Amino acid sequence: MIVNLTDVKSGSKVKVVRIRGGLGIRQRLSCLGIHPGDVMLLQKCGFMKGPVLVNIHGNQVALGRGIAAKILVEVEL
Amino acid sequence: MKIVLVGQPNCGKSTIFNNVAGYKAITSNFPGKTVTYTLSKMTFQGITSEIVDLPGTYSLTSFDLAELEARKYLLREKNDVIINVIDASLLGRGLELTLQLLELNLPIMICLNMIDEAETKGVIIDTDKLSRLLGVPVVTAIAYKGWGLNRLFETAYKMGQKPVKSEFQPFSKDVEQVIKDLSEHIKKVDYAKKFNVTNRFLATKLLENDQHFIDEIKASDKDFIKIVQDYQLQLEECRDRSSDEIISSERHHLSMQLYESVVKLSKPKREFRNYLDSVLMHPFFGYVSLIVILYLFFNFVFYVGALFEEPLLDFFYQFLPYAERVLGADTLPYHIVNGVIQGLAGGIAIVLPFLFPFLLGLAFLEDTGYLPRVAYLMDSFLHRIGLHGKAIIPLILGYGCTVPAVMATRILESERDRFITSILTTMIPCAARITIIFGLVAFYLGPKAAIFVFTFNIVVVAIAGKILSNIMPEITPGMILEIPAYHVPSIKILLSKVWLRMKEFIVIAWPLLIVGSVVLSLLKHWHLEALINQLISPVTLLLGLPVAVGVTLIFGVLRKELSMVMLVQALGVTNISTVMSATQIMTFTIFVLFYVPCVATIAVLIKEIGSKRTLFTIIFTFLIALVLATITRLVY
Repeated sequence: MIVNLTDVKSGSKVKVVRIRGGLGIRQRLSCLGIHPGDVMLLQKCGFMKGPVLVNIHGNQVALGRGIAAKILVEVEL
Repeated sequence: MKIVLVGQPNCGKSTIFNNVAGYKAITSNFPGKTVTYTLSKMTFQGITSEIVDLPGTYSLTSFDLAELEARKYLLREKNDVIINVIDASLLGRGLELTLQLLELNLPIMICLNMIDEAETKGVIIDTDKLSRLLGVPVVTAIAYKGWGLNRLFETAYKMGQKPVKSEFQPFSKDVEQVIKDLSEHIKKVDYAKKFNVTNRFLATKLLENDQHFIDEIKASDKDFIKIVQDYQLQLEECRDRSSDEIISSERHHLSMQLYESVVKLSKPKREFRNYLDSVLMHPFFGYVSLIVILYLFFNFVFYVGALFEEPLLDFFYQFLPYAERVLGADTLPYHIVNGVIQGLAGGIAIVLPFLFPFLLGLAFLEDTGYLPRVAYLMDSFLHRIGLHGKAIIPLILGYGCTVPAVMATRILESERDRFITSILTTMIPCAARITIIFGLVAFYLGPKAAIFVFTFNIVVVAIAGKILSNIMPEITPGMILEIPAYHVPSIKILLSKVWLRMKEFIVIAWPLLIVGSVVLSLLKHWHLEALINQLISPVTLLLGLPVAVGVTLIFGVLRKELSMVMLVQALGVTNISTVMSATQIMTFTIFVLFYVPCVATIAVLIKEIGSKRTLFTIIFTFLIALVLATITRLVY
């Protein structure tokens, strides 16, 4: 099932399916190693509209709520 | 010979630079602290050469100002050796930049820094194989320990004498064909030469929709952009994705392939620091820890400072009666000697005792890597005032000095965010104003009053942020921020950093303090002081302050410390509480906290946000200071 990164529970492994939004956000995410097809671990889902924390290729990245909502992911079991 | 360090943010370029050039570039554990390049001479094995530390850049596509600066420098200058520094623990991602650098056809070598960090994470790298695959020398290092740097520069010198130009790594066949075709077109016009890049590099960047190159070409040659768009379309048709995505994922795959062929993964070591974040970034305990950490920091500064302030002041003031006896009370020589003693006392006894522990504490927080965690915790709060989490970094740096803090706003993506954050950083008490809060409020009114001032300041900054973002409504792009691993700071680096920042105070502020004190003494001697005080009396009367305070406010614009140090002298007493009531001390501090940035800050503001907006900042902060200080007078 494909959902927004903001709708995933902490501790789940997800696969990036698509990044909505313009060139700017795509490029900035790709700089940090987040591309469609990559698998990442959602370490902390946001609380109180706070940012989410993901682990991608062994590196922690904080993504603001607005950014996270634009990342479509598939939860891996 | 000129050696350039280039690499992704927080990979240790500045640490390498400082090791060979002396501590000149501020290093910390968060991405993006170097926002402009630093150049220095270095001598290694008897040979003198130039070394340049560039701002970190994730890729060679331009985004924020710091990254653009790095790319511009790389393309504009003639560099003999380019050292691509890579955080070895993040090799896969680091290689994406390397692949772009290789396309430039320049003498490039790789430094795998923090190789110890990679090993604890379980990443074992076959450096010989990496070197063979990429066709460039690869050297390992642990920069903060100084390990491996000899070999690094030996290799760099060898390369500088016999430069080997790098070769690009090819993408998939179909993509490569499109790049080749576009390169042929570029060859016919001389754009590649104009930008000082290879045809292939320009072709990939144009296919990637690089804003900077596209805009430059569009201005003069619309037809060429049409050709580029045709090729983008061609690429999109065969892969069914946008062309920029195709190029970036090609690069991503290539780096991942390289990564997998040179890396052996083993089990990462279990470490204490891996558990730290479950507390420090916890939805509840994270905030509790933040408050506890700030509270401990505050107490550390206050108790260390108070320990030294009083005995040192007594020491200096014992000379005053002696000078008065010898030189006569109202003579010119006495006024000059008095000025010098007051200036020295102000610098040594009031400013230094608080400045040193404060800078040490700040350096510690910076180097451990705690600041990005604060950005994470504060993101939703900052959204409420129209900014996002990254803006907290310039704001926290503002507690050190406003000048680098304003420059640090370059890590923000949008111009409006940079503007608002710049204004807000000028309102954050810098080290100079913090010594005023400690030296006046904490010293005379007690530590609780000082905590009140700090808290009150944060509330005001938040409200000002809200007002400004309502004036300029715009949705901020949102935070994308790396959270680096914790590091145990090196004592040597901490002290060098504190020294670098203190030097600024000792070399620039101190002479100013002494000259300022002497000038004030002379003004007093010739009775000109009253005239200036008369001019400023509308402000001082409104705030209910002694009229004699007026002149210190003028000095405060030069350097914020001056307004407090001069206060002692202007009032003609050694103990301020004998002539100023608690309300007056508080009103004075609140006013000094917010009013008009110092000259150094004004200069950097003009450079970063332009003169019109700087003028706005000056008026805005002055009005806030006036209103708040008046309220303080009536309420406190």
